[in-house]
Amino acid sequence: MHPGLNHLLFVSTSLFFIGVYGFFTRRNLVTILMSVELILNSVNLNFIAFNKYLWPHRLDGAFFTVFVIAIAAAEAAVAIAIIINLYRSHQSIDVEKAEELKY
Amino acid sequence: MPNSLYIACIPLLPLVSFALLGLFGTRVFKNLSGLLATVLLVVSTILAIWVAYNYFFHFGQANGIYQRIIAGQVTWLRFSSELSIDMGLMLDPISCMMIVVVSFISLMVHIYSLSYMKGEERYPTYYAFLSLFTFSMLGLVLSSNMFQIYIFWELVGVSSYLLIGYYYDRPGAVKASQKAFIVTRFADLGFLIGILVLSFYSNTLDFNTLIERLTNPASPGLKTALASSFLGISAITWGSVLVFMGGAGKSAMFPLHIWLPDAMEGPTPVSALIHAATMVVAGVYLVARLFPVFSISAPASLDLVTFVGVLSALLAALIACTQTDIKRVLAYSTMSQIGFMMFSLGVARHGHEEQLGYSASMFHLFTHAFFKALLFLCAGIIIHLVHSNEMNDMGGIRKNLPVTHICFLIACLAISGIPPFAGFFSKEEILQASWQRNKVVFWIALTTSGITAFYMFRLYFKIFWHKPLGHQASHADTAEGDTMIRLPLVILAIGSLLTGFIPFGRFVSADGTPVHTDLNLIFSVGPVLVGLAGIFLARWLYLNKNDAPEKIKNGTRALYTAAYHKFYIDEIYVFITRRIIFNLVGKPAAWFDRNVVDGLVNTTGNTTQIVSKKIKGLQSGKVQEYAIYFLLGAGGLALLFIYGWK
Amino acid sequence: MSGSTIIFYLLAALTLVSGFLAVTSRMIFRSAIFLLFSLFGIAGLYLWLQYEFIFAVQIVVYVGGIAVLIIFSIFLTQKSGEELPSQNRSRRILSALAALAGMLLILTQIYQHNFVGSTEKPEEVSVARIGSQMLDVTDQGYALPFEVVSMLLLAAMIGCIVIAMRSSDKKQGST
Repeated sequence: MHPGLNHLLFVSTSLFFIGVYGFFTRRNLVTILMSVELILNSVNLNFIAFNKYLWPHRLDGAFFTVFVIAIAAAEAAVAIAIIINLYRSHQSIDVEKAEELKY
Repeated sequence: MPNSLYIACIPLLPLVSFALLGLFGTRVFKNLSGLLATVLLVVSTILAIWVAYNYFFHFGQANGIYQRIIAGQVTWLRFSSELSIDMGLMLDPISCMMIVVVSFISLMVHIYSLSYMKGEERYPTYYAFLSLFTFSMLGLVLSSNMFQIYIFWELVGVSSYLLIGYYYDRPGAVKASQKAFIVTRFADLGFLIGILVLSFYSNTLDFNTLIERLTNPASPGLKTALASSFLGISAITWGSVLVFMGGAGKSAMFPLHIWLPDAMEGPTPVSALIHAATMVVAGVYLVARLFPVFSISAPASLDLVTFVGVLSALLAALIACTQTDIKRVLAYSTMSQIGFMMFSLGVARHGHEEQLGYSASMFHLFTHAFFKALLFLCAGIIIHLVHSNEMNDMGGIRKNLPVTHICFLIACLAISGIPPFAGFFSKEEILQASWQRNKVVFWIALTTSGITAFYMFRLYFKIFWHKPLGHQASHADTAEGDTMIRLPLVILAIGSLLTGFIPFGRFVSADGTPVHTDLNLIFSVGPVLVGLAGIFLARWLYLNKNDAPEKIKNGTRALYTAAYHKFYIDEIYVFITRRIIFNLVGKPAAWFDRNVVDGLVNTTGNTTQIVSKKIKGLQSGKVQEYAIYFLLGAGGLALLFIYGWK
Repeated sequence: MSGSTIIFYLLAALTLVSGFLAVTSRMIFRSAIFLLFSLFGIAGLYLWLQYEFIFAVQIVVYVGGIAVLIIFSIFLTQKSGEELPSQNRSRRILSALAALAGMLLILTQIYQHNFVGSTEKPEEVSVARIGSQMLDVTDQGYALPFEVVSMLLLAAMIGCIVIAMRSSDKKQGST
């Protein structure tokens, strides 16, 4: 059976929830950031798949992917700046230890 | 008819001076503030006299009847095409008379205060308040509708409050100002309800329309108002009585008079202006303003006016005989004289023959303003000389204050009703009016007038004679040294001498037609004799120090003590408010507040707190837990929208 | 089974397996390398779908930029060879259940839904077309988002500098 839209959607959904699982279970901020990257990639894959199979005469999905990638790059840069900052102040990037912002 | 702009300037010039002094007085004008206010008021007074002159002699009359003229009107708040609140200027005999009285007396007080209040720390503020008062009072008398008069009514209340509490560092003054404010506010509640009742039935706030609708037997408003009753009294009587309640509060009528004696804590010129000559007669003015409604549609309320007036006149006169603080004596005498004006209105009726009381009342208001202001201004000088309000600290100062002495004597003679002084003529008319209408009132009035002569001359002799001459010599030149102080005294004394000769009934009457006030010489003999008897009694008792007053005091101990304690009316108030209102209303209300209202609030608060304590663990600060909640929430919403939203 | 199909399954397996390993591995550096593989897998899928330009962007930005940035930050904050602390068991089970439930929900939706695409003639995805449409200001143009994203990148750049600078200032101030 030739793979179609559903196959790609299965891949992207699985990747998305792998990222979600990682986001929930990881304690290290860098690995959480990596999970976020996986989630973003699954979304990009979705855009491309829909563009390919449903709207082949348009390029909107591709453009969205490009923009998401650009924003993801910016987000990663800012996140890493924050992480390094946190590391400076807490000597650790464990999210369990950065919990001052509570009741 | 003069341009309405000029008429509008009469109240607006004092407003300008209030604004200027209130905003810049302490910084820019400083010692010039008095002069500024006085100059503006001079213009205002000249305008007032000019307008009044023109009204009475040129444009006021039509077919021999003085008309109510709306000289200018702006719509201020429009609620509907029928109902709007306007700001208008109304000219009729009484408002023309009042603008002259108010601006003139106010001018005298302004001039007097120039040197009397000199060196006071809050001198500009004092003049600002005086200007505010003058503006409000002029606005009040020129009001063309009920709502406008109510606004200015409250404004004079506020300025009176401010001026009584002028020496705000004295606890007595603060208390007195609060008392005055609360008592008059309480009365104004009645006034407001009265306004609402009357305007509800007449569908208007405008005086002209209101009077016309509520006096015309054919008008539907009056029919409904007469038909609907509460406690067996018709709505229109209720309305009139409630309006009168407001007037009684402002005019210090029994039993709402308790604030007036305490109001003497204010500066003496203020007492002269507000608490003797002008503001306290606002109640009389109000009843006179609505007199057609009172007399035609609600004659029962006029009986109440008569009763309250007579009672106040007599009680105040009795109390005045026993007081030793000269300003308080004068305050009670004011109250007594306003009582005269009130019952004089009360005995008047609509119709040509029976409206003498109305003119008499206005006449007395006019003359009283002169001699009572004069008495207060003299008292101010005397107090400056002896540094005390107590009569017992005075005595034998007639050579120290020659001008004051003569002026005070003239004023005393005027208030006692001795011819040819002003009070004689007006009081004579009042007595005539009450003789025509009600003999009981007449006899009480006659007695009161004798008592008046007695306590005024008691005051006079105690201040100027009683003790040997010259023991206050050290202050001989300081007290009345300034022309600015003597000038108003002399002017007012001349006024007290001459105003009686004005043929007042020709100009001021209930329906605008001239009233004949023939001086009935035979009738006058009685009152004059009673007055002279009072004077000679006072002379015998107080000219020189002797023990007769003490003997009389001991002989009539019960009456004396009762009168000395102002017939315990203040104590009754305290009893009613503390014991009855606080205990029966206040305490249950407090209990309800503490247990039910607070209970509800506290339960709400406590429940919220407990719930928050229980669920605050959710706010753990751990970002992953938030993410899980977020996912659960998003999933829940997804489920809801996919499966639950069919 | 054609070659294309086999390639798809291989790429999908590479993506998912290395993605899964990336989020479960206890060694942070390995986890980063698995992420790199997963990103390669995605890039491969783009290529398989014949979106060469996106493939190129994915390689350049993700593999060449972000992955390197992540590895760089690992070096800055982590001692190599150290094992990551593991999350407690109940949290792991809860997370796995939540993720699986969510995945089931989405997959059932996907398989129940009948996707209807357009029937118009597919057009070639050329770099020239992407480029001209990106800077076009007419109906189909993406000039405005392009500018917005450029602003965002500038803001992010300044933000990074500010965040880094402020903390160093503080440190100097406190020491």
